[in-house]
Amino acid sequence: VSAVDLDLAQGAVGAAIDAGAGDAEAYASEAARREVRAHGGTVESLSAATQRGIGVRAWIDGQVGCAFGTDFTPAGVAAIAARAVEAARVADRDQYAGPPAEPGEAPALAGLRDPSVAELTTEGAAELAVAVERAALGFDRRVLAVEQAVYVDSDERVAIASSSGARGEFADSSCYAYAQALADGESSRETGLGFGLGRGPAGLDPAAIGREAGERATEMIGSRKPPSRACPVVLDPTVAASFVGLIGGALGANAVQRGRSPLAGMVGEPVASEAFALRDDGLEPEGFAAAPIDAEGVPRRRTPLIEEGRLLTYLYDTSTARRGGAESTGNAGRSSYRGPPAVSASNLIVSPGQLGFADLLREAGDGVFVTDVAGLHAGVNPVSGVFSVGASGRAIRDGALAEPLREFTIASDLVAMLKAIRAVGASPRWVPFGGSVSVPPLLIGEMAIGGS
Amino acid sequence: MTAGEALLDPGVAERVLARALASGGEFAEVFAERRRGLTMAIDESRIESVQSGAEEGAGVRVLSGGTTYFAHVDGLEPAELERAAAEAAAALGAERAEPRPLRANATDPLPVEQRPEAVTAERKAELLRELDERGRAEGGEIVQLQASYAEGRREVAIANSDGLLGGDDRTRVRIGVQAVARRGERVETGAETLGGHRGFELLEEEPEAIATAAARKALTLLDASPAPAGSMPVVVGGGFGGVLFHEMTGHGLEADHVQKGASVYAGKLGEAVAQPLLSAYDDGRMPGEWGSDGIDDEGVPTQKTQVIAGGRLTSFLYDGLTARREGVASTGNGRRESFRHLPIPRMTNTYIAPGEAEPEAMIAEVKKGFYAVSFGGGQVDPATGDFVFGVSEGYLIEDGRVTAPCRGATLIGNCLEALAAIDAVGDDFWMKTGMCGKGGQKVPVGTGQGHIRIAAMTVGGTEL
Repeated sequence: VSAVDLDLAQGAVGAAIDAGAGDAEAYASEAARREVRAHGGTVESLSAATQRGIGVRAWIDGQVGCAFGTDFTPAGVAAIAARAVEAARVADRDQYAGPPAEPGEAPALAGLRDPSVAELTTEGAAELAVAVERAALGFDRRVLAVEQAVYVDSDERVAIASSSGARGEFADSSCYAYAQALADGESSRETGLGFGLGRGPAGLDPAAIGREAGERATEMIGSRKPPSRACPVVLDPTVAASFVGLIGGALGANAVQRGRSPLAGMVGEPVASEAFALRDDGLEPEGFAAAPIDAEGVPRRRTPLIEEGRLLTYLYDTSTARRGGAESTGNAGRSSYRGPPAVSASNLIVSPGQLGFADLLREAGDGVFVTDVAGLHAGVNPVSGVFSVGASGRAIRDGALAEPLREFTIASDLVAMLKAIRAVGASPRWVPFGGSVSVPPLLIGEMAIGGS
Repeated sequence: MTAGEALLDPGVAERVLARALASGGEFAEVFAERRRGLTMAIDESRIESVQSGAEEGAGVRVLSGGTTYFAHVDGLEPAELERAAAEAAAALGAERAEPRPLRANATDPLPVEQRPEAVTAERKAELLRELDERGRAEGGEIVQLQASYAEGRREVAIANSDGLLGGDDRTRVRIGVQAVARRGERVETGAETLGGHRGFELLEEEPEAIATAAARKALTLLDASPAPAGSMPVVVGGGFGGVLFHEMTGHGLEADHVQKGASVYAGKLGEAVAQPLLSAYDDGRMPGEWGSDGIDDEGVPTQKTQVIAGGRLTSFLYDGLTARREGVASTGNGRRESFRHLPIPRMTNTYIAPGEAEPEAMIAEVKKGFYAVSFGGGQVDPATGDFVFGVSEGYLIEDGRVTAPCRGATLIGNCLEALAAIDAVGDDFWMKTGMCGKGGQKVPVGTGQGHIRIAAMTVGGTEL
């Protein structure tokens, strides 16, 4: 069985050409993954495995087909390549389809892999998960239990090659830990999530992760439903990130070109308040989506998307760039070797503003601080941008946090919300919800709250 | 020969289990799987995104002293399986334990009449073109239409140290349509799906009807007003309306949540949690249904489990591990996304049994309320019971009549209160398909019910 390297990817490309493809591309990956779940001071489960796979895309005169598999023997790779060619024959011709013509030179990018991931022993990983749980339990005696304290890490190698000359390989690592704390809320239970992420275990602070879970759970004790009204809303970074992720999706050229984006036809127009600036940054090593090249071998780059509230560009891969008369922004993504390549944001970064958290609350005056949202997959219409989602958080009264609130909805549409941003906080946080997003808290001037 | 023996030779399985218990442990299991799939889509009236997948591999787990040790490998070479067993056992250091000899459990996979692999890809592409045409025929305001086709086959084999040896051969087919309607600046979407644990025969009868339904939903929404906000009676439609029960009750009945005290239903077995008119089931054996399997992913035959009888809570849903902890039998709800995942308690097909109310009468009794025909999906926190649902098609009810369509509505509430507030269950009944996510694993589930009415529920809209 071959290792994941350029030879393997090139071999798959060759096999697809031999099977009748005009052009072909291969994406191979291999990842050592480990997951520890702790509960009640001991390890509940420990999983460790290496998983590998290869995805092949074949073009025959504008017809595109994909196949994936896990058999890395020469016969296995040939079979995957042949299935990609067979799939292409079913597709209709797309005049814009094809591999990147001149993929360009991939930049050297340091900081994607922390060797401490591979050095951490199983016992070390277990201790980390248990320490997260202990910190949550120790935060407050009202924390009854931690439903789950989890540590996950991944050490990955990727190799990409195509018949048009794109080629590259890289290694990256990532790890994260989280805990879901349960607090005794008199008549009901309250839950709180704490999490942290980094390139290696040294980047995680188990005490802080556990403390956040405990704090979020206990601060919800005694929460009740707020009255329905329109008011200023402050979004916690964990919540803001989900919305930024949706905006990143709406900026993908595929959605725009096919009339399925609320931001279609708005380049050059104001789409947000002047306080808001957003960029896609595939070269920022702190973000997990960073890589020297995208999923079709085009160099990753830094692309300003919104500045002073004005929309500058969409995100493109090779075929949407051809269709839109633009240049690829290096935004071809694959969720894994299994997912077919498609336009997607890399790291989305919201530029920090001036106000500290206390100043944001003061600026809000009287409103709601939203710490959690639920039902995003069901409550947001990605085509129109209209949303109504479940939320919980705290009241803001006289510029300071007041009683906890639950079981209410926040509703608006994405562009209206962006335009209503009154201030952007000064302290951003990396959040893994909605993709890979770095965002500070956001103050929205007015939003509809649905409660009692 | 059982369904799994072609995948996992019993002799190999015995060696793998012996290796897994070489350093101790109370239980060991090997789960082998071969999966094949084909997906394709039509968008802008062009067939695209054709993808074929093939993966095989195995997962080995060892239980010891309350801890589960798990490793998985790609490929089914005997040497690789033994390596996975050695990896799973690596952290253990006790006396060797002996697995019991394997005995084959005769379980029949669910029948499939027409193997989808035997149908040409052109026929599947043709079906997508028919869906596209049918949806667009609903009118010029339908500006975009996407339709997808997916077929998948999972052959699985399971052997464990208690002597179980079983297998299953599962074929699923599903199609979906999403339509976009536009009038001036207004853009709305409508979606519909059809799926089953069946072969291509699923698509023999009028599959194009889902394209018509999706397009009509989108067109209806063009005339929709912003949804109301506030507390009111809510009538929920059948089929995918059952996702409400799935979220607000089903997840809270999964034994892993219950045992950790992270379910609002913990300690409520035998108690009245709903009005006497309500009975509900989880049934992994419903013929042809999306959430059905012959056996669960631990080799236990799937079964029909009554979870609520006349308003009383009668059972939780168990996998092997949670059942073992309580000294009860698994209810056949141990499911996993693939060989790369550990089994956990999951729903199969979950539904509220038909009642006696006529849907029209149920609506006629409401002076001012909301009619949620279908949902985009929902989410629940089983520990607090708080849930939220996005309404994909909803209408106002005024003076007993369904009136204006509404957009952007969300239903929000707490499980125990909402379940107890169901005051009518309709005599109509049907099932729909869904994909359910939990602990990072997605599995196919069925949801179902007839129309139901909730006496009071919060509708979150923008119309204050």
